[in-house]
Amino acid sequence: MAKFNKKKDGDLPAVSTASLPDIVFMLLFFFMTVTVMKDSSLMVQNTLPNASEVKKLEKKDRVLYIYVGKPTREYQKVFGTEPKIQLNDKFANVSEVGDFILQERAKKSQELQNVLTTALKVDKDANMGLIADIKLELRKVNALKVNYTTYEGDAFRNLQ
Amino acid sequence: MPRRGGPPEVNAGSMADIAFLLLIFFLVTTTIETDAGLDRMLPPMEPPDTDVVIKQKNIFTVNINKNGQLLVEEELLDLKQLRGKAIAFLDNGGDGSCNYCKGKKDASSSDNPTKAIISLKNDRETKYGTYITVQNELVGAYNDLRNREAQRLYGRNFTEMESEFLNPETPASTRDDLKVKVQKVQGIFPQKLSEAETSTSN
Repeated sequence: MAKFNKKKDGDLPAVSTASLPDIVFMLLFFFMTVTVMKDSSLMVQNTLPNASEVKKLEKKDRVLYIYVGKPTREYQKVFGTEPKIQLNDKFANVSEVGDFILQERAKKSQELQNVLTTALKVDKDANMGLIADIKLELRKVNALKVNYTTYEGDAFRNLQ
Repeated sequence: MPRRGGPPEVNAGSMADIAFLLLIFFLVTTTIETDAGLDRMLPPMEPPDTDVVIKQKNIFTVNINKNGQLLVEEELLDLKQLRGKAIAFLDNGGDGSCNYCKGKKDASSSDNPTKAIISLKNDRETKYGTYITVQNELVGAYNDLRNREAQRLYGRNFTEMESEFLNPETPASTRDDLKVKVQKVQGIFPQKLSEAETSTSN
């Protein structure tokens, strides 16, 4: 005759948490492969405009970033509220843009140096005068491929 | 005292905590977005040796003033109509040498899409957002026309073929095939968008 152990009443079996690390590791690896490291923290307000005819910027290793916008609130006391240029982690003048491009270009490997794109991340409230000055500097150092980075969306929303 | 029954088990209960810590670190320090935007080529610094004479009717002038108003071909124009106007200009085919154009063949507008140039001027005080909207509409005009031709020749959209061509994950054989097609369509409607120096007056 088989013997059955009678379950004690009101005693739920504990849920095994042994597979919890595996699940978390899975999440971890997902994020490690899908994301990229932030290279610099933003010191300027950067609400990009919208555009619908966008092209994706593939291959992050051949892109140089220039940020333009009003300084964020904590920097406004020192730098004022006029739109400024941010290169890497510091504010810069228009005249420094050319040197920055040359420096960054020298850091890249030989075969990438001719295919670099300059991504302009400009706040939509900035004035075109500053952008025109940057474009002139870029032309001086022969960095002719530019990408006006935008959000994907209806371009007419920029006007409001 | 002799040990009974194998080595003691290492407690793995804190493994999840360690993994969570790593996970949170990566969540905080990384970004997931891929950037997208409008690709443009700036003109080289050295002017070309020979002065090219361009007929006035082959130039489509777009002026943006500091209030974001548009002056297109000497007329005030709403931004929403810009794309249609640009398409009509590019697709005009005035001298009849363009056999794929579907425009009005107006003799006072552009001769041929390969000769048509869009000239964009802006004020130093123009808002960047407005400028991008105008750029977007002009690129959109080119894309609309290229899509039309690509549909006629290959039965699919130009923008779709181009993004597949630019995607590094596309196999090389497909890309070689697409390269020919993309360049063909680009040659039919070459993007000639000139940006003059910005004006300071008014």
